[in-house]
Amino acid sequence: MALPSHATVLERLSHFGIRALTVLVLGYLILPILVILPLSFTSGELLVYPLPAWSLRWYREFTTGPMWTQATWNSLVLAAVTTLVATTAGMLAAFGLQGLRSRFKPVLYGLLALPLIIPPVMVAVALFYYYARLGLVGTFSGLVFAHTVLALPFVVITVAATLQGFDPNLRRAAASLGASPLQAFRKVTLPIILPGVLSGAVFAFVTSFDELLVILFVGSPEQRTLPRQIFSGVSETMSPTVAAAAVVLIGVSLILMAVVELLRRRGERLRGAIHS
Amino acid sequence: MLALVAPSIVFLALFFVAPLGFFLFRSVDNSEVPGWLPRTVVALAQWNGVGLPEDAAYRALAEDLAALSGSTALPLLGRRLNHNVPGFRGLITGTGNRVDLRQAGSMREQLVSLDPRWGESTYWQTIRRERHALTPFYLLTALDLRHGAGGELERVPGDSAIFLGLLGRTLTISVVVTLLCVLLGFPVAATMAGSSPARANALLILVLIPFWTSLLVRSTAWVILLQNQGVVNQALVGLGLIDRPVPLIFNRLGLYIAMVHVLLPFMVLPLYSVLKGIPPELMRAASSLGAPPWTAFRLVYVPQALPGLVAGASLVFVLALGYYVTPALVGGPGDQMIGYFIAYFTNTAVNWGMASALGTILLVVVSLIYLALGRVVGLDRLAVR
Repeated sequence: MALPSHATVLERLSHFGIRALTVLVLGYLILPILVILPLSFTSGELLVYPLPAWSLRWYREFTTGPMWTQATWNSLVLAAVTTLVATTAGMLAAFGLQGLRSRFKPVLYGLLALPLIIPPVMVAVALFYYYARLGLVGTFSGLVFAHTVLALPFVVITVAATLQGFDPNLRRAAASLGASPLQAFRKVTLPIILPGVLSGAVFAFVTSFDELLVILFVGSPEQRTLPRQIFSGVSETMSPTVAAAAVVLIGVSLILMAVVELLRRRGERLRGAIHS
Repeated sequence: MLALVAPSIVFLALFFVAPLGFFLFRSVDNSEVPGWLPRTVVALAQWNGVGLPEDAAYRALAEDLAALSGSTALPLLGRRLNHNVPGFRGLITGTGNRVDLRQAGSMREQLVSLDPRWGESTYWQTIRRERHALTPFYLLTALDLRHGAGGELERVPGDSAIFLGLLGRTLTISVVVTLLCVLLGFPVAATMAGSSPARANALLILVLIPFWTSLLVRSTAWVILLQNQGVVNQALVGLGLIDRPVPLIFNRLGLYIAMVHVLLPFMVLPLYSVLKGIPPELMRAASSLGAPPWTAFRLVYVPQALPGLVAGASLVFVLALGYYVTPALVGGPGDQMIGYFIAYFTNTAVNWGMASALGTILLVVVSLIYLALGRVVGLDRLAVR
């Protein structure tokens, strides 16, 4: 909202006020994440400024301490398997939904998105209640199923959105030029929707990697993941390792965010190039 | 095509719909009590609930308890009835382990001599009320209601009436967080919408970074920043604004600071996508037609922004209602929301009925909001991330 030259003093003031407020709010959003960064490099035992000296001590603890390395490994394995399952199932579901001509389509779509609106604490408690009867509490497959429930909607929604921008004439064109359905899928459809599928996979990975409540309720004490380790660290002894782990998680999130952003731009470019 | 959707639907039916359904049903499920006390249930159905039941009911209860004696069902029955009346656990296990069916004489006298509470009508009335396979007890308790001696609904006395207060607190915290998010999110979204594409993208990244950072990590950051020797207190003391550190954490203030931080991106992102689409000519047209800035803002800009505001605000409100992690880490004992008590009744009190009743209430509130705003919000808006 650029100001016209005839703006009154009052308008200029309120315009300035909105700008100032925006800067303050953005500072509030971003500063806590920035402030914690130097704190994780403290050589001391407390997370306070001024730092006694800079040190990688707590990062060493994070990369060599048995609890933390185990938690990192558990988180990575769980997130990887969840991503595989959720992306495969979610991609198929998005394809199926797009081709479906049924009045139940919105219902199915709503069901696939439903886990997003149920408070996570309820999903976790309900699964605990259910798993206790099935003997799935504390099992790896139980965790994968639970995380897939939470990750699936992100994959379905992302891939469905990509498919909406896909022009079915392209597939017909490929077929008219003699491509078999499989060839048309591999050479035409897949390259165009791939950015969407990969974004969905990243969402699935992040959902599992950051997930805490399911682990707290249906995980066994040995099944500690990074979020669980951080949570117990904050609730008990606030060791600076928690800050180091938090910074590592922030780093992972930022990398994945950049990946999704790049995929989004690439997807837009691909579709744009084809349409123009 | 259906074959492609089917695996996901079946999977969600098995691992999402079914668990949720079983869990919610638990709030009214009472099949255990008639299952454990089959004879008593029949005998008490004859009784009108006034005074004490017939001798036959005493005999039936003694037989039922004797049958359970030594099994794990006896303490479980005790724990179940203890939810209704504290002290019931000891009464059931004590009686069940000592009752002697072969002893001559009146069973009423034997039970009352084992525990004089069998001579009080409260305990009998409770068993009579819980004789059906379904019970309204947990849902009523979650609303601070109970059945009085005569079977009529009444408010629970003051000191045990905690659940309406909990519900009110949950709603209050969510409303305040939503209002703060609207107040802080609107200027940011409006500035972004009015900026050049390059600058808007730069500002967007500043919103996306916290959005992508996990809620747990951000709550952790606030615990570190808000503690007594934390950065915020250090800065305030350093600036001379306060003499000594003020408590900023484990209270409502700290909870608001952290929760608004966690939820603000959910307000800004949908709002920004709506504001972006408002043609700037409209405001210019309004002002060229003589509308003062505030009038133009109110009559032209706000109505166009409304879908975004409603979408963002309801998203923030619904997410806030179910929060557990942030209040658990940053809030004090008096700032815990309904999610905390669902977890508490599951883990600490092991009272599935109460956990489920609170979950049902939370889900009803959330669903009502979605139904009311379903058209404006749309489920896919949730996938902003």
